[in-house]
Amino acid sequence: MDEKKFNYFIDGEKGKWEVVIGLEVHAQISSKSKLFSSSPTKFGAESNTQVSLVDAAFPGMLPVINQFCIEQSIKTGLGLKAKINLNSVFDRKNYFYADLPQGYQISQYKNPIVGEGEVILDMPYGTKKIGIERLHLEQDAGKSIHDMDPDNSFVDLNRSGVALMEIVSKPDLRSPEEVNSYIKKLRSIMRYLGTCDGNMQEGSLRADVNVSVRKLGDKNFGTRCEIKNVNSIKFMQMAIEYEAKRQVELLESGKAIDQETRLFDTKKNSTRSMRSKEDAHDYRYFPDPDLLPLKLDQSLVEKLKKELPELPDQKKERFIKEHNLTSYDANILVSEKEVSDYYEEVIKKSNKKLATNWIIVELFAVLNKKNLSISQSPISAKNLSLLINMITSGEISGKIAKDVFEKMQLNDQDPKKIVEKEGLKQQSDPKELEKIIINILSKNQDKVKEYKSGKEKLFGYFVGEVMKATRGKANPQLVNDILKNKLH
Amino acid sequence: MSNISELTLTKIVNGIKKKEFTSEEVTNSFIKNSQKSKKLNAYITECFDQALKNAKNFDKKKFFNGLLPGIPIAVKDLFCTKNVKTTAGSKILNNFIPTYESTVTSNLWAQGAFLLGKLNCDEFAMGSSNETSFFGNVNNPYGEKLVPGGSSGGSASALAAELTPATIGTDTGGSIRQPASFTGTVGLKPTYGRCSRWGIVAFASSLDQAGPMTKNVEDCALLLEAMSGYDSKDSTSIDIKVDNYSSKLTEKVKGLKIGIPKEYRVENMPKEIEDIWKKGIDYLKDAGAIIKNISLPHTMYALPTYYIVAPAEASSNLARYDGVKYGHRAQGKNLIEMYENTRSEGFGDEVKRRILIGTYVLSSGYYDAYYLKAQKVRRLIKNDFDKAFGDVDAILTPSTPSSAFKIGDKSNDPVSMYLNDIFTVPVNLSGLPAISVPAGYDKNNLPLGLQLIGKAFDEQTILNLSLAIEKRADFKKNFKVWWS
Repeated sequence: MDEKKFNYFIDGEKGKWEVVIGLEVHAQISSKSKLFSSSPTKFGAESNTQVSLVDAAFPGMLPVINQFCIEQSIKTGLGLKAKINLNSVFDRKNYFYADLPQGYQISQYKNPIVGEGEVILDMPYGTKKIGIERLHLEQDAGKSIHDMDPDNSFVDLNRSGVALMEIVSKPDLRSPEEVNSYIKKLRSIMRYLGTCDGNMQEGSLRADVNVSVRKLGDKNFGTRCEIKNVNSIKFMQMAIEYEAKRQVELLESGKAIDQETRLFDTKKNSTRSMRSKEDAHDYRYFPDPDLLPLKLDQSLVEKLKKELPELPDQKKERFIKEHNLTSYDANILVSEKEVSDYYEEVIKKSNKKLATNWIIVELFAVLNKKNLSISQSPISAKNLSLLINMITSGEISGKIAKDVFEKMQLNDQDPKKIVEKEGLKQQSDPKELEKIIINILSKNQDKVKEYKSGKEKLFGYFVGEVMKATRGKANPQLVNDILKNKLH
Repeated sequence: MSNISELTLTKIVNGIKKKEFTSEEVTNSFIKNSQKSKKLNAYITECFDQALKNAKNFDKKKFFNGLLPGIPIAVKDLFCTKNVKTTAGSKILNNFIPTYESTVTSNLWAQGAFLLGKLNCDEFAMGSSNETSFFGNVNNPYGEKLVPGGSSGGSASALAAELTPATIGTDTGGSIRQPASFTGTVGLKPTYGRCSRWGIVAFASSLDQAGPMTKNVEDCALLLEAMSGYDSKDSTSIDIKVDNYSSKLTEKVKGLKIGIPKEYRVENMPKEIEDIWKKGIDYLKDAGAIIKNISLPHTMYALPTYYIVAPAEASSNLARYDGVKYGHRAQGKNLIEMYENTRSEGFGDEVKRRILIGTYVLSSGYYDAYYLKAQKVRRLIKNDFDKAFGDVDAILTPSTPSSAFKIGDKSNDPVSMYLNDIFTVPVNLSGLPAISVPAGYDKNNLPLGLQLIGKAFDEQTILNLSLAIEKRADFKKNFKVWWS
């Protein structure tokens, strides 16, 4: 695969352009309560039922840091191989909006809790390191609802105060495909860590995309535009593609790019200006005087480091080294924690190579067809493991196994029971098989003659006849051996 | 027996304990005084019916304990009180009734006290004369049309006029000590973190601190003990044990070293202030304390620093009053217009002025020159005190550069109004405890106070020193009741 080369450029009239992308990912921390209050964070609750006096910014209410959220962000930082800052500061980002009850968002501006780190991508043209600039904690705003009443807007504060990690990448991404890979990898790492469920539909993972273009070979970055809150990877990719082309067209016609914030219109598949640099908010950041600077003990960081689970990169390495998997297979198996868990459950008692193939080829085909995730798999890891063992022990053939697999999907049946009930057990008694083979050869004297005179293709015909006679249950290896012997 | 309301808090507490009188009698005495004193305009909200009910319930109890058994207390209207309107002196909260009780008032109620009413104050505690209140000026018992100081002006006036046995205020730049000085009462701003800020309408979070206002030092020790304590709901609250200030209170201050900072001799300071300061030095010398001249070199930068830091924090703290969730809301064609109308109508001029200043000093391009520089200077001011406290146990200064002034005298000149806080703001910037204790009168028979500044969490020492001054100054109120 290494011969594949990176090849994402915008072909302008005056040459090739490189696309430079940086992402600001907002990941909702998996936690029972909010960043500065004890309100629950459950998704989908009735409007304004998960709101405390603090979340609604009543007079005299004060924020108190949720220690669990701090630990979640440290873990994430460690998962990104990043520097954990033992001293960080919460700042107020001031702006007015109806769904921002305090009139400011508590965030981290100059001193974030996590510094520089990295994410490794597996691209068809090899691995690529994407730098992480920083990770900081901040609280989410509420939600304005404009379409329920012709004259009024409504505000739902359930989300107000929910803990977010903003993960800022360096401008290291160069194509929509790399963005796809980056988001998936980031999501995978956080799901392994249990720090963010990564659910884009529920808004647990959102991203702002910074895009600029430059002539291939240029060292300096072009002027960038920020595309706000694109809520799916597909839309992100579409937005980047559109935006890069728009910028190239502007530049090639001698115009300049305005540094601005743009919105992606999913219906028109285009971006449009939201506000220019001149209209940019002055957020008047300053350290929140209600919160002391956050000081961490190195011992806490060490403790969390020790408790860190095996992450996708390490797991992949182990699968390659210890299980002899190809890099490609290992990549697929570790991409989601649940898949790797399933795989490791299957191989506890069965062959690794077969397990890999059955999961990646057969099981994934079923899941894709039925649009299910691995945790919803109709076949349990235990039963798949039993099926594989029946193949390796010679009880059933691979071909029969596929039929059994088909039947197992109905209600996760034990493959042994299916085989027994349907009488699908492989015929591996050489004497029995010999009888059948002698019978078939005697019925086909003419073909035996032809075979012996050189028409070796007919070997397959005899095998087919044996299978027909045994309804596919004959052990193929034995049939081969006996046939060869008899036809000699 | 003399009128109960003339007694000190401590005497009333002892009287109730000894069953010399009932809580109902005490409460009625203060209600009667309050009802006769409408001219002072000290109250924003009266809770007399509920207070009487609480008093009667208290009197039915066979056993009670707590530091404030059956004591009615009116408090500054900056403390959120459950089911009782809390306005912060502002139109924008004119209809706001909290569903919760501030930690500090809860602490008082836990000691047996109950709410008598909510007292007038400058709007969002921004002012030094109580003239910025939406609910009108408060009169100083020492003279009609005389300001009681601010921002805890209603508290100081009500206390001096004996409408409440004691009260609590908040002090961001002098809002307890200055009105105490103007009304001949005792006011203490505790160490930052000593009292919880939870449930107090915020003005400037890094400076705000609640504190007791009382008739004498003994009461001050008692009330401080009752209201203080760590609160996990306030991240800036500090978990240090609360002293038994009242039982440890002593006028024996022999050998304590008292610093006299030369920088507090400000230009154009009236001679009477200089004189009262000298008197204070003599009193403490007489009590056996050792007087030392010290220097707090960055004092002159305290006021400008304060008027950057406090408005900056206020501009952000007051953003929540936007008409969306509670409080006053004006109509508007769209969200922005609703905000503009609500805040234009809801806030008074001084609050608007400070929001503008605060917004300006935090703006990009100005942040480094103003806010960041102010924070650095604040650190230098604190360092001055830290250094001084290496040599001395407490610092003695005047509380204010003048006695109470006439209503309207300074309200059109914000800078001259701000200069009132010149001796008090360095203390808030440094987070230290300080007390104002009445020490004498000026030529117009208006009270003057002395300020004692202590080491962090050493409220006991400044209470003891104040007691020594109190005993020697023999300060007695000398106003006639003109308002009823």
